Amino acid sequence: MDNLAELLHGFTIAVTVPHLVLMAVGVLLGILVGVLPGLGAPNGVSLLLPLTFGMQPVSAIILLSSMYWGALFGGSVTSILFNIPGEPSSVATTFDGYPMARDGRPTTALATAFGSAAFGALIGVILITFLASWVAQVALAFGPPEYFAVYFLAFASFVGMGGAAPIKTVVALAIGFAIAAIGIDTVSGSVRLTMGIDELVKGVNFVVAVMGLFGIGELLVAVEEEIHARAVSSKIDWGEVFRAVGRLPQHSVALLRSAAIGCWMGITPGGPTAASFMSYGIARRFSRRGRYFGTGEVEGIISPETADHAAGTSALLPMLSLGIPGSATAAVMMGGLMIWGLNPGPMLFVDQKDFVWGLIASMYVGNIVAVALVLLTVPVFAALMRIPFVIIAPLIVIICVVGAYSVSNSYLDVVMMLGFGIVGYLFKKLFYPLAPLVLAIVIGDKAEDAFRQSMLMSKGSLGIFFANKLVTCLIVAGIALLLLPLALQLARPWRKPASRTKETTAKEKVII
Amino acid sequence: MGRTSTLLLSVAATVLAGTMPALSAWQPQKPIEFVATAGPGGGTDNLARAVQNIITKYKLTEQPIVVVNKGGGSGAEGYVYGKASAGDPYKVIFGTSNAWQQPLVSKVAFNYTDLTPIAAMAQDEFLLWVKQDAPYKTAGDYLKAAASGEFKMGGAQSKDTDEVLTRMIEKAGHVKLTYIPFKSGAETAVQLAGGHLDSHVNNPSESLGQWRGGTQRPLCVFNPKRLPQGAKVTATEGWGDVPTCVEQGLDIKQYEQPRTVWLPGKVTPDQAAFFVDLMKKVQATPEWKDYIEKTSQVDTFLTGAEFDKFIKEDLEHVKQVAGEQGWLVK
Repeated sequence: MDNLAELLHGFTIAVTVPHLVLMAVGVLLGILVGVLPGLGAPNGVSLLLPLTFGMQPVSAIILLSSMYWGALFGGSVTSILFNIPGEPSSVATTFDGYPMARDGRPTTALATAFGSAAFGALIGVILITFLASWVAQVALAFGPPEYFAVYFLAFASFVGMGGAAPIKTVVALAIGFAIAAIGIDTVSGSVRLTMGIDELVKGVNFVVAVMGLFGIGELLVAVEEEIHARAVSSKIDWGEVFRAVGRLPQHSVALLRSAAIGCWMGITPGGPTAASFMSYGIARRFSRRGRYFGTGEVEGIISPETADHAAGTSALLPMLSLGIPGSATAAVMMGGLMIWGLNPGPMLFVDQKDFVWGLIASMYVGNIVAVALVLLTVPVFAALMRIPFVIIAPLIVIICVVGAYSVSNSYLDVVMMLGFGIVGYLFKKLFYPLAPLVLAIVIGDKAEDAFRQSMLMSKGSLGIFFANKLVTCLIVAGIALLLLPLALQLARPWRKPASRTKETTAKEKVII
Repeated sequence: MGRTSTLLLSVAATVLAGTMPALSAWQPQKPIEFVATAGPGGGTDNLARAVQNIITKYKLTEQPIVVVNKGGGSGAEGYVYGKASAGDPYKVIFGTSNAWQQPLVSKVAFNYTDLTPIAAMAQDEFLLWVKQDAPYKTAGDYLKAAASGEFKMGGAQSKDTDEVLTRMIEKAGHVKLTYIPFKSGAETAVQLAGGHLDSHVNNPSESLGQWRGGTQRPLCVFNPKRLPQGAKVTATEGWGDVPTCVEQGLDIKQYEQPRTVWLPGKVTPDQAAFFVDLMKKVQATPEWKDYIEKTSQVDTFLTGAEFDKFIKEDLEHVKQVAGEQGWLVK
């Protein structure tokens, strides 16, 4: 119970008027950068970093981490309202959040997302509080084969779940892997697939890809189908904000499962993006209403959001205790730690107790401040849906263009973003699933690196993936998830041949 | 026509310079962009932001400075951007020795000759690290154990500084090591702590926290003399207590990584001189000393002919190693 005493001490540091003001400022700035695609948490934090050099390290980290919470929340807003994920980790939120918002329930979608996100973050902080030292040990057990196994599990849980025709899923995955391979390869150091364009050596930025695939792609579809082109009549309804949050406990299984997945992926540095995809995939598999996923299901919002925030929060732990950042934002904060004269690593918990426990206490308080502020903004954001399509469509184009450009001040990125828009449109029209494509772009190169590092270590033997209990369990779980739908399909003809037509229509709607 | 006007301008500039000796010949007239050829949080990014901070604090120029990260392709993104910005003195590129090493081993669309060298501002040292509970106490012990041929050496990137040094150790120590490339030094340090590797050659700042935390320790430093003592890192030892590799029978006298500053190509000598002068002023501040100490680097300032000589020598050396390994492109 040492930790509890330390935590209480931490609260005395975090709960002071200047620190509460810093939290509110950080959260508001964070929501702002989260809502603007292309800016995002890592950029926001690096912009703010120089301002913190003169501050106490505790105050500085409270400001920056509050901004991180705000950005995580803000990233979901554009995903839900306009189908433009502001952060890689909020892509999975678009799958059900956007259909629900289009369905005239933006308030419900936003409030559900924020409520479950806050729950995920809370579980993440509790984990950090009580299991800090144990968790650090678990993370150390992860070498290249284990990393690969975790990524494999993420792919398997998402890919094997069906929805689209399996062959189309494979095609989407393959295209994603090819895009992820563009640029310099970590393992061989050579330049790949730049197709004569010098600038492509930097690779394809994820934000550029998703803004095109989702934002512009959806817009093209909407222009074609007139039904989308009308404004959604959504009342500003404060009651619904609280009712939606109040309904969350009904989905306690989904909440707990997603929080567990999120924490696990945050600690084993799979990161929030892989966590949200995996959680969505598994929820779709195991939820009773799984077949309606993609049409605006509540659990389709809860699962990725809870996992995303649980992972985002627990990703700070490996950063503090091991000096390995679990996310891009954590990497920027780590740079900050060094500039403030602190060295992330195992000794931080011993040498800098005030700093560490002040930060952990501020995570509790900061998240409460963040969720309160963000719930207050729900009706405002929801009201955006009432703006007619003719006005909102050009705005979306502007947001996507500016967002793509601001990633690295490059014109090429804008062109690529528009190209991805056409790809997104074609995928939708031809019923190809976008999710496997995105997943492969995000973690494809990491999975490839981990696989080839493993092969270097084992001198080419696949046996390394069964060399110890941890990696064997992960690989077996992945294979099981991959084969499960196949087994179910084989078993189906014997069980119930009924309701065929209904299922197909649901299926077609579900393709995302 | 163009030549005449340039001539007239330079005459005018000379006249002006004559009348106002306090002003240097060229002053920036619009905001300056610092291009870090690394992602946020990396060593190169930290340097760019530290320099930005010092310039802003002391108002060393009137113009605002923004830092942008172009770290894609192991930094190639930033250098290619610098090449494309030829003649633009408002883009300052921060990098390392990969400005001349990368074009040797991969088909990137730039070479260091496309850029105008300004200075090398700091040298990062390399050390040989092993896991805390490893049985060997000296580099000699390590080499003896490595003779089994089963040792795994980790490092940041492929065919980059870490791997070059690994191949040099193989040659000097007559051993064979399996090199496993990771994305960064920090990642490599954690892999060593977890026992997935046998050793790595991280810079001091990349493994400082790990050393203090007792997960790994340095065997020796690749420098002809021991590092300055400074504050103790662990309870008993500081950087100055780490023996040199030569002392321990690993005959690699010196291996360092400079932090380099460049302008795009085709800028005027006046413009280059302005930035050389600016960096000199930055280096004279107490904040710079503080930065150097906190990141455990060695202060240095190479510019002009000295910097050119350094590049030439390093290039020859890397070419030799890369040639032996069959890495050279073209």
